[in-house]
Amino acid sequence: MAYQAHTDADRQRMLDALGITSVDTLFADIPESVRATGLDLPDPEPELLVQRRMTELAARNRVDLVSFLGAGVYQHHIPAVVDAILSRGEFMTAYTPYQPEISQGTLQTIHEYQSMLAELTGLPVVSASHYDGAAATAEAALMTIRATGRNRVLASRAIHRHYLDTTRTYLGGRFELDLLPTSPDGTTDLAALERALAETDRPVAGVLVGQPNVFGVLEPVGDVVRLAHAAGALAVSVVEPVSLAVLATPGEVGADIAAGEGQPLGIPAQYGGPYLGILATTETLTRQLPGRLVGRTLDVDGRRAYVMTLRAREQDIRRDRAASNICTNQALCALAATVYLATLGPHGLRDVARGGAAAARRLERALADVGIERIHTGAYLNELTVRVPDARAVHMRLLGEGILAGLPLADWYPDDPDLADALLLCATELTTDGDIDRLAGALARHHPVAA
Amino acid sequence: MSARPDTGGDAVARPIDIGLIDRVTDDGSLGPRRAVGASLQPTLAELSVPGRRTDQVPHPPADALAGIPDDLLRSSAPALPELSEPQVMRHFTNLSHLNHSIDGGFYPLGSCTMKHNPRVNETAARLPGFARLHPLAPDTLAQGTLELLWELQGMLSEVAGMAATTLQPAAGAHGELTGILVIRAYHRARGDVDRDEVIVPDSSHGTNPATASMAGFRTVTIPSAPDGGVDLEALRGALGPRTAAVMITNPSTLGLFERRIVEVLEATHAAGALAYMDGANMNAIMGRFRPGAASFDVMHLNLHKTFSTPHGGGGPGAGPVAVAAHLVPFLPAPLVVRETDGTFRLERDGERPGSIGRVRAYQGSVGVLVRAYAYIRTHGGPGLCRVTDDAVLAANYLRQRVGEAWDLPYAGPCKHEFVASGARLRRETGVRTLDVAKRLIDHGYHPPTVYFPLIVEECLLIEPTETETLADLDAFAEALLAVAREAHEQPELLHEAPLTTPVRRLDEATAARRPELRWRPMTGAETPCPQ
Repeated sequence: MAYQAHTDADRQRMLDALGITSVDTLFADIPESVRATGLDLPDPEPELLVQRRMTELAARNRVDLVSFLGAGVYQHHIPAVVDAILSRGEFMTAYTPYQPEISQGTLQTIHEYQSMLAELTGLPVVSASHYDGAAATAEAALMTIRATGRNRVLASRAIHRHYLDTTRTYLGGRFELDLLPTSPDGTTDLAALERALAETDRPVAGVLVGQPNVFGVLEPVGDVVRLAHAAGALAVSVVEPVSLAVLATPGEVGADIAAGEGQPLGIPAQYGGPYLGILATTETLTRQLPGRLVGRTLDVDGRRAYVMTLRAREQDIRRDRAASNICTNQALCALAATVYLATLGPHGLRDVARGGAAAARRLERALADVGIERIHTGAYLNELTVRVPDARAVHMRLLGEGILAGLPLADWYPDDPDLADALLLCATELTTDGDIDRLAGALARHHPVAA
Repeated sequence: MSARPDTGGDAVARPIDIGLIDRVTDDGSLGPRRAVGASLQPTLAELSVPGRRTDQVPHPPADALAGIPDDLLRSSAPALPELSEPQVMRHFTNLSHLNHSIDGGFYPLGSCTMKHNPRVNETAARLPGFARLHPLAPDTLAQGTLELLWELQGMLSEVAGMAATTLQPAAGAHGELTGILVIRAYHRARGDVDRDEVIVPDSSHGTNPATASMAGFRTVTIPSAPDGGVDLEALRGALGPRTAAVMITNPSTLGLFERRIVEVLEATHAAGALAYMDGANMNAIMGRFRPGAASFDVMHLNLHKTFSTPHGGGGPGAGPVAVAAHLVPFLPAPLVVRETDGTFRLERDGERPGSIGRVRAYQGSVGVLVRAYAYIRTHGGPGLCRVTDDAVLAANYLRQRVGEAWDLPYAGPCKHEFVASGARLRRETGVRTLDVAKRLIDHGYHPPTVYFPLIVEECLLIEPTETETLADLDAFAEALLAVAREAHEQPELLHEAPLTTPVRRLDEATAARRPELRWRPMTGAETPCPQ
């Protein structure tokens, strides 16, 4: 049956060797009152039928729409080499590289991942990966609390809704999380930040801001960093990695920690994961960084080699005093990002970032031509908010025309009247002029405002 | 338009001379600098040549970044490597050859369940309908995946004997955190706010106490009984009005079923605490023991162990959490629900107001969940029971064979894994378990888990799984017996091992003392620290 290795004769030989007649004997240590007798599950199926079932289910999803949906997950061209490498069993079916002598492949690729993400973020110490952008953001908030000994975190409300929700769960009522409002242009309200930092009886551990933020708007991260540091707080920039090919890096603007979602680096959308949590920091904060780290060293013969290092931060050594409970991470997703970055190179990655930005500017113009304007007017890269009356209903009607018109922000901000009519639209290098014309044309029909 | 000319990448700063590594001698002074010539595979940076590129996406127009102020743009392009596609392919292929993998050989790594990773699961997860689905796509576009997830919630609940399952957690430790937060929410909802302790046995995975700390609990560690099980008296002594939960790994990390499980659960519940089961070892008991049916309140399952999804060199996995009925209100949102008309949807915001909230973005590591679903459909109920029976039979057989030369500190039967101790071997020969592990590599094997659990001296934790043939089990047993002989006859061989690997033992002390965590030097500014 399936993947089991034994014939009945093999099983009999093992039973004979053990001097027992039935495998049941090996389960006699389970108290009778709690012993189970089988599982009520669908019948077993051979590969052909399983494949048929999976194909049927996949066909029931609709992935053929023209899509302007981003909101933290961005569909990009994935070079064919990425999956060719990821499918290699030597990478895919290896465990965590606890035995470095027979794991140099995995270890060197993680070191290369750390090195390239250090280039992208401008921060020298990059963890080998976290679960996703939300968990990395939550871990970053906890890092600021550990590093400062303070217990209050400020976060811009214009960080991805799920990241804020996850951070709130991780802080769990033990630590405070206060949200900062945004200005009409979509950036975080710096005056409100100053006021919050000035509450000296409630000292702030860290300030979290998105770059670009959830509205697609570029934040004045350097100003946020200065204000945070002046109050003795750390600054966390929540980043999108493709944008780092062109945007000022967290390191350049003085942020202490960068957290973010690595999915855009060669990882398919997959309805939510597995993705890649990026977490990078300064050398000063290295020992506060949760998760595995790979370092370079030498073997006894003087050959360059790689090994997991600074392990005294980790749960299997430190137990209840570890920096985090993380064990399993997202190594294969980090490999995807490594191959992606190696294939694209600096020019290719800039072309991806600029390609999305160029398409977004065409989108903005095309929508303006049919009378649809941006809501948040701050500088943006490849994602923008626009006002479409009755946005949710229009969004739904456009599905019927084969268009996925981004995200109605009322889904995430039901109590904010300013966002009741907001659509969050994203463009990438995959977005064509034809896609933009279809969206603009459809919105013009459903939203017949004279241009 | 940006005032800065867009150079299209011509101004890329050059990395990266990997240069020389300082040797630090034992007294802390610098020894002679050694050229790092002898590397197995150059780094991407070393392979890079300016101007080399692959052709992946169209070149955008020059004004692509119009409207972005200069101070928001980076001052120089990132110093990523510039390579051709054949170079990329060859680089990673050569690196892959340096790995041991299940595809390549036996991997008896205790507590990790390194079983075969079926390829039909991989094919399924790559179907465009699954792979390209955006996580925020409206439910109407996601009916296939939602149906799969809904079915999987039910199938895992059946295996666990629980009322409901959340598929969100990304890994076992993430599942533990989720489960412990659910437990905290349960106590708080009852106004039972003083429970700030979590009890774990000293044989537990390190993630258990780390999880308790992360969730704001104090860890109370209790010793194990001489037979390896929970010490009931110690447990009863530790339980009290401040106990929120008891975390039990069952079978334990010694590979033993917890014989006093009924008493453990009774004592836990009598104290008003909840019982959490670490399900890392579920491969040992599927269809034989359903934790929820035995009155465990919460458990997580490691899909990358029991349900065959690949480990990927450390991840990704998935750690769904199954709970009893009284904890369903607190599970993270969203669950997948089935409407009366047979369609499927995600729970809406606020639909379960008691929920602990999100533990991650979106719905879970769905690509992993698709693989596990295919695995369960392949096996069905009888198949999963057979998996467990074969895994336990193989472990007991191997245990008996290994016992011909190695000490087995605990009486059998074991479940899916067992511990052997190299303590006597060390006393007799000076050979440590670390040396044994390294020598096993020369014999062609990935070593077992060593020095865990912490309560066994010179411990080897051996888990063969159900997917190894009898011939493979015998060959591995022979190798362990041979290593024991070598320890007596040529102990220096074991101290030197491994001798046949691409690199030999590493200087881990220097790696930790002078961390080299990236290519050097990095371009751009080093980050100043505040205050």
